[in-house]
Amino acid sequence: MTYISKPKFQHPQLQANNIGLTRRDYEGTLTTLCGGCGHDSISAAIIQAAADMSLEPHRVAKLSGIGCSSKIPSYFLGKAHAFNAVHGRMPSVATGANLANKELYYLGISGDGDSASIGLGQFCHIVRRRINMLYIVANNGTYGLTKGQLSATADLGSKTKSGEESLYDNIDMATLAIELGASFVARSFSGDKQQLVPLIQAGLSHKGFAFIDVVSPCVTFNNTDASTHGYKNTWENNVALSQVDFVPMRKEITTSYDAGKEKEITLHDGSVIHLHKTGSNYDPYDQENALHHINQHKKQGRIATGLLYINQSTSDLHELTDTVDKPFNALTEHDLCPGDEVLMDINETFR
Amino acid sequence: MNNPASAKVEAITRINDFVVKFANVNGSGSASANNMFAKAVFRMGIPVSPHNIFPSNIQGLPTWYEVRINEQGYLGRREGVDLMVAMNEQTIAKDIAAVLPGGYVLYDSSKPLPEHLFRDDIQYLPIPLKDICIREFDKPPQRQLFKNIIYVGALAALLNIDFEVLTGLVSDQFRGKEKLILPNIHALELGHQFSMDNFDCPLNLQLKSSDKNDNKILMDGNTAVGLGCVYGGATVASWYPLTPSTSVVDAFGKYCKRLRIDPGSGKQKFSVVQAEDELAAIGIAIGAGWNGARAFTASSGPGISLMQEFLGLAYFSEVPVVLFNIQRVGPSTGMPTRTQQGDLLSCAYASHGDTKHILLFPATPKECFEYAIDAFDLADRLQTPVIVMSDLELGMNEQICDPLRWDENRNYDRGKVLDAEQLEEIGKFGRYQDIDDDGIPYRTYPGTHPDKGSYFTRGSSHDAYAAYTEDGDVYAEVMDRIAKKFRTALNYLPEPEIDDSGNKLGLLYTGTTTSAIQEARDLLARQGVAVDTLRVRAFPLHDSIKAFIDGHDRVFVIDQNRDAQLKSLLKIELNVNEEQVESILSYNGVLVTAQHIERAILTSIESQTAADKVKT
Repeated sequence: MTYISKPKFQHPQLQANNIGLTRRDYEGTLTTLCGGCGHDSISAAIIQAAADMSLEPHRVAKLSGIGCSSKIPSYFLGKAHAFNAVHGRMPSVATGANLANKELYYLGISGDGDSASIGLGQFCHIVRRRINMLYIVANNGTYGLTKGQLSATADLGSKTKSGEESLYDNIDMATLAIELGASFVARSFSGDKQQLVPLIQAGLSHKGFAFIDVVSPCVTFNNTDASTHGYKNTWENNVALSQVDFVPMRKEITTSYDAGKEKEITLHDGSVIHLHKTGSNYDPYDQENALHHINQHKKQGRIATGLLYINQSTSDLHELTDTVDKPFNALTEHDLCPGDEVLMDINETFR
Repeated sequence: MNNPASAKVEAITRINDFVVKFANVNGSGSASANNMFAKAVFRMGIPVSPHNIFPSNIQGLPTWYEVRINEQGYLGRREGVDLMVAMNEQTIAKDIAAVLPGGYVLYDSSKPLPEHLFRDDIQYLPIPLKDICIREFDKPPQRQLFKNIIYVGALAALLNIDFEVLTGLVSDQFRGKEKLILPNIHALELGHQFSMDNFDCPLNLQLKSSDKNDNKILMDGNTAVGLGCVYGGATVASWYPLTPSTSVVDAFGKYCKRLRIDPGSGKQKFSVVQAEDELAAIGIAIGAGWNGARAFTASSGPGISLMQEFLGLAYFSEVPVVLFNIQRVGPSTGMPTRTQQGDLLSCAYASHGDTKHILLFPATPKECFEYAIDAFDLADRLQTPVIVMSDLELGMNEQICDPLRWDENRNYDRGKVLDAEQLEEIGKFGRYQDIDDDGIPYRTYPGTHPDKGSYFTRGSSHDAYAAYTEDGDVYAEVMDRIAKKFRTALNYLPEPEIDDSGNKLGLLYTGTTTSAIQEARDLLARQGVAVDTLRVRAFPLHDSIKAFIDGHDRVFVIDQNRDAQLKSLLKIELNVNEEQVESILSYNGVLVTAQHIERAILTSIESQTAADKVKT
């Protein structure tokens, strides 16, 4: 997306991860977003998450829709294929891509305009279909590329830079995802890398539909004190219901945790997340409890963040439809074509 | 009690050449009985073509089933009805009026027919169907259903249908539900017996066993498309229910459950996703195609309209996808259960900006099967959407055709896809580079190689390396290369089917119009008018089409739509001279007939002759 090519310089002491790659191998092109844009922090968090968990970059397929958020797949994992779909329709493309090859990691990047307005229908249905992927919404409550209109996630009463006030209740993507049956739902803040990175790692490792709503301020159009999606409000009113640490499956666990304060969750691929209970009795396995907590905080003007809900016992679409182990895109005519003899028998049934 | 008012007009006397039309109420179980009638004719070796004219409704509205029987093999519709099975009180007046002089009306005489419905130029075949049912069957649903079977039994006696053929059909139909066989045969016998006792059987309209259907099959186009998708290697079907395309995916799913289960694991080598709308349906197919699986969706006018934006994306980002458009009557909701070739223009240039799409036009179920398979090869080879343009007439009606075949030596053409080894060998990979000078670039599937071959698929303007660009010259280069790709496409597309004997007049048509052509030609020949023919089988249009038009004084272009869309394509693409082409239009929702074509051409010739006289 940029006219300036990124220098190939690599610091000689840059540390390699378990598969011999450095952070640079996880980067993409130079960003063209505004300086200070929350979305760039999301890119950085993805780079760090993927590098730290030694993900092979080319085994990731990046999918996005249209908007500022949907540009960011250019800025990370340059060795991965990417697909910039039409506005609001990334979920369907991701569904098809996932059906074609179940062996890749699928990372969807969308925005609040893309997923909560024009693509709300597709968002709802990809959640229902339990596609095995991580779906991130970079949520800034505004339409950045078209210069600052309110989006459907803007809270009632929130104001844009031009002073336009939101007259409507917002759509909360996290509660919506929980209600529709997403099996991993988190919320974070682009400014809180410490929280966001392990959530991205856990979301990628989770089998099933993982969703992270990332409040990601738009510095140009929606970062005023009157905006609920600006840095100020998000810093001040962000309440972590849970804090997670991620331990990739390859890494030996050396840190010892206080058993009384954490919960250990082993993910499908063998990775482990340590959940620090920050609230008194927050239980991320309880759907209704999660919705209750999120709504309670919202009523008080606070944004509940952290891992909000997790359910590891659901099946993804491939399991639900009982597809073969071999990826569809590796099946040949030998696997797929029943041949002429069978066709002769079929002809008989039409006589 | 043959006919109360003996007909003033002599009864139509014909063997293996007439039209029987069934007028029913939909949801009354008539479809399977009527189908049994058509299939019996087929099994007697006589060419037959049933046409279902049904409402967009589940129960209670009028529905017709028109069966053309023709020993010569004219399988299009024919105007006029020789025998009407009038089972619908709502439409009976119109139905009786549609019978040709000398024809017959079979009706339920349990209730007397109103006086005004008696014509003196046709014969009436009253059968107290309801009374027989009440007498013979206990349960109300049986009384309703067997009414239909009884009239089929009655027709067997009246038209001389081999009764064993009918009992064989009943046995085939209820295989596994043996309890139903005997009551059905009993119902057939009731009708047969009643006719034998009350009418001079057979009538002057008669069937006589023939051998014209040896080795043929009787199949509908949508089933053939579904099977073609199985044979063509489709693994992902995503769709949104829409008449008349629904049965495409139904057939695909049905055959996959039989033929695509991995024997070792019992798992599925396919996935059918019922999407939330047509946007998602084509989005899913595009996502799968991008990632290297063969994928398709099936839809019709309203769904195709919704898919426009995605079609543009697939065109510009060069992603293979196959779309079956089973056309119905538009605009808007139109007549959902009637046929039309109304989407030619909206599919040829679907989506905003400069776009163009590969279209295939099947005319028979066999071609539906073959073009479905070809469509996947073409989409992969040309890296672009391929739209197979069927219609309701072809999709939902059974048609006689040659048996389907698969060439065991055929391999799928997956097009220009680089694997990891090939990527190792090349320098820098450029997704949209024209390496072979044919406009077709090379692509890679995600996950192929750790360092090479990744690219950014986008609908925004891009350069040869798939990088975003706002450089107008670079954009134009990409657009020109895609145009070049479409010229290359002509080498892969089915050529037009041409019969050129050097006549002055030509007939140009596509798709289901084909069913009327031989008959129209024969009718015209009897009037001393000889015509050459050209059937368009694909878009973009082949150069030989232009040559055909240039080689004739006048070419009649038959369009089953109001706006002469096929003719428009000729003008846009081939710069055809307006004076050389003349439209024949048919857009009343039913298949165009040979008689309609004949009339149009004769009228045109007459007016031309008159005009010439004025000039001289």
